[in-house]
Amino acid sequence: MSDILVFLEQTDGSLPKASLTTAEAARQIKEAHGAGNLHALCLGKGSAKAAEAALSYGFATVYYSEDGAFDNYLAMAYAAAFEKALSESGASIGVAPATTTGKDFFPRVAAATAAGQASDIIAVNSDKSFRRPMFAGDVLADVEVTTDKKLITVRPTAFGEIAAAGGGGKTQELTGVSVPENAGEFVNLEESGGDRPELTAADVVISGGRALQSAENFEKYIYPLADVLNAAVGASRAAVDSGYAPNDWQVGQTGKVVAPELYIAIGISGAIQHLAGMKDSKVIVAINKDPDAPIFDLADYGLVADLYDVLPQLTEAIKSAKG
Amino acid sequence: MKILVPVKRVPDYETKIKINGEGTGVVTDGIKWIVNPFDEIAVEEAIKIRDAGTATEVVVVGIGPDDVAAQLRYAMAMGADRGIHVKTDEPVDSDGASRVIEAIYKKDEYGLVLMGKQAIDSDANQTGQLLAARLGVPQGCFVSKVEFADEKVTVTREVDGGLETIRLPLPCVLTTDLRLNEPRYASLPGIMQAKKKPMDEMSVADLGVDLTPKVRVLKMSPPPERQAGRKVESVEELVTALKDEAKVL
Ligand SMILES: Cc1cc2nc3c(=O)[nH]c(=O)nc-3n(C[C@H](O)[C@H](O)[C@H](O)COP(=O)(O)OP(=O)(O)OC[C@H]3O[C@@H](n4cnc5c(N)ncnc54)[C@H](O)[C@@H]3O)c2cc1C
Repeated sequence: MSDILVFLEQTDGSLPKASLTTAEAARQIKEAHGAGNLHALCLGKGSAKAAEAALSYGFATVYYSEDGAFDNYLAMAYAAAFEKALSESGASIGVAPATTTGKDFFPRVAAATAAGQASDIIAVNSDKSFRRPMFAGDVLADVEVTTDKKLITVRPTAFGEIAAAGGGGKTQELTGVSVPENAGEFVNLEESGGDRPELTAADVVISGGRALQSAENFEKYIYPLADVLNAAVGASRAAVDSGYAPNDWQVGQTGKVVAPELYIAIGISGAIQHLAGMKDSKVIVAINKDPDAPIFDLADYGLVADLYDVLPQLTEAIKSAKG
Repeated sequence: MKILVPVKRVPDYETKIKINGEGTGVVTDGIKWIVNPFDEIAVEEAIKIRDAGTATEVVVVGIGPDDVAAQLRYAMAMGADRGIHVKTDEPVDSDGASRVIEAIYKKDEYGLVLMGKQAIDSDANQTGQLLAARLGVPQGCFVSKVEFADEKVTVTREVDGGLETIRLPLPCVLTTDLRLNEPRYASLPGIMQAKKKPMDEMSVADLGVDLTPKVRVLKMSPPPERQAGRKVESVEELVTALKDEAKVL
């Protein structure tokens, strides 16, 4: 009988969507396993409050620590805390979201515990077999983790949110984590911020590509459309590399994966590396002046047009359609 | 300081990947192999660090069958000083790769390992972190800027919320993101010189590493096809379709 420990990211005491969908994947692993308990770990300022909130999802023990060592993220500190919580809970399966945090520290835990790790899973086949994309999503692989201890990172957009499920659990402060001396130091975080919805959690995403030609054009053509739809803004690698959009807006194989209700790709050709990050969106719209652009092969609605002509018009038309 | 740069061979990113009949792997016949693009960025950065005088030597290491030598030669043509080819025909998972690189690292005195954040075939994003943990050293993953001062390295990382800067003592493992640099092309003289650069060959057994995978591929299948929809003629038609048909407005 194995217990499962889930790493829940939290900000100032609240649990983002990615934490709840990761918890749902963990719940499915538990169900496939047929026994055992779910535990969780929250770290950093606000983690005591986040741990309380997590109890409503049926966790047996939610560990937390507001120790200053976790105020800012450092891989060695977070890995040490997760390892400590693993041994205290007796869990043999660890689960984390495949965010830049989960991707970064989880393999360290794998190495320290002699576990195999399945990365970025999109489905649970059993308590040891998981489905994950490879080759920019050209291949879906069912992989088996052959070790007793198993670590899993979860693609947050591939699962629904965990349902509330009775209490009965408890929170517990995690103490005595020893952070190695060579862990390094945090210098600063330059947040790209803004008041828009978070890219991976938004219902609508408007993405711009190389065709936008400048950061000013993103502001002039993409932002107003995003504003009327309360949308997050994304970008192709070409747009990010050219400095039209911040790095954390990159959608794709090597950027963020999104799956909103509506994805509008503007001046994006549709390279496989881009598609890998958005092809599970519910409705896809493409606007491109090249009728043969590969993005049209998967768009539900394609408009062959010059973006500079149609975007202001589209923004106005949506504004009035929404009343 | 010597820099170790692991280099993986992957199918060219423009290749249309096909799964074999049994669903156990991808068809490799006729594939164009390249250096994993993130590793190429790592090679470029290592060369820059050496040329700036912070490092003395750039050593590239590859794991795999005989023809992986071609990717090592490419990295040497870019400017790496020498290569190590660890030969095996077995499949190597992220964990196995990290253990081979660990063994190579321990044979010499390295101050830094620079490698790609992910290989564009397995997309696992693990090997650098596994290696750092095995070596007991810190890591700076997904880096877009690297600066050395006072025996420490300051790196900027591409994270979900923006750009994070951390400072790490050496030795450490750094993994590259796309914005770190634009790798140079191997020049013709570079290619000629690379042929004469030293390349050590050894087997996995020589290193005493057991490659039994911790993660095994059971079956590969193609992703569900997404049907193309239709072209609309005008903005009005698009907005009507989104409102009345797709019901997303
Ligand atoms: C290792 C690696 C990783 C990668 N990871 C990613 C990733 O995560 N995400 C990603 O997006 N890419 C990624 N890429 C890059 C990818 O291969 C493509 O190069 C990139 O997606 C292209 O961006 P784009 O569509 O904006 O530019 P382009 O391919 O140049 O397309 C621009 C499009 O705009 C259209 N256009 C031009 N002017 C107008 C106009 N006035 N009005 C309307 N349409 C117009 C053109 O017809 C064209 O289709 C990666 C590549 C590699 C090698």
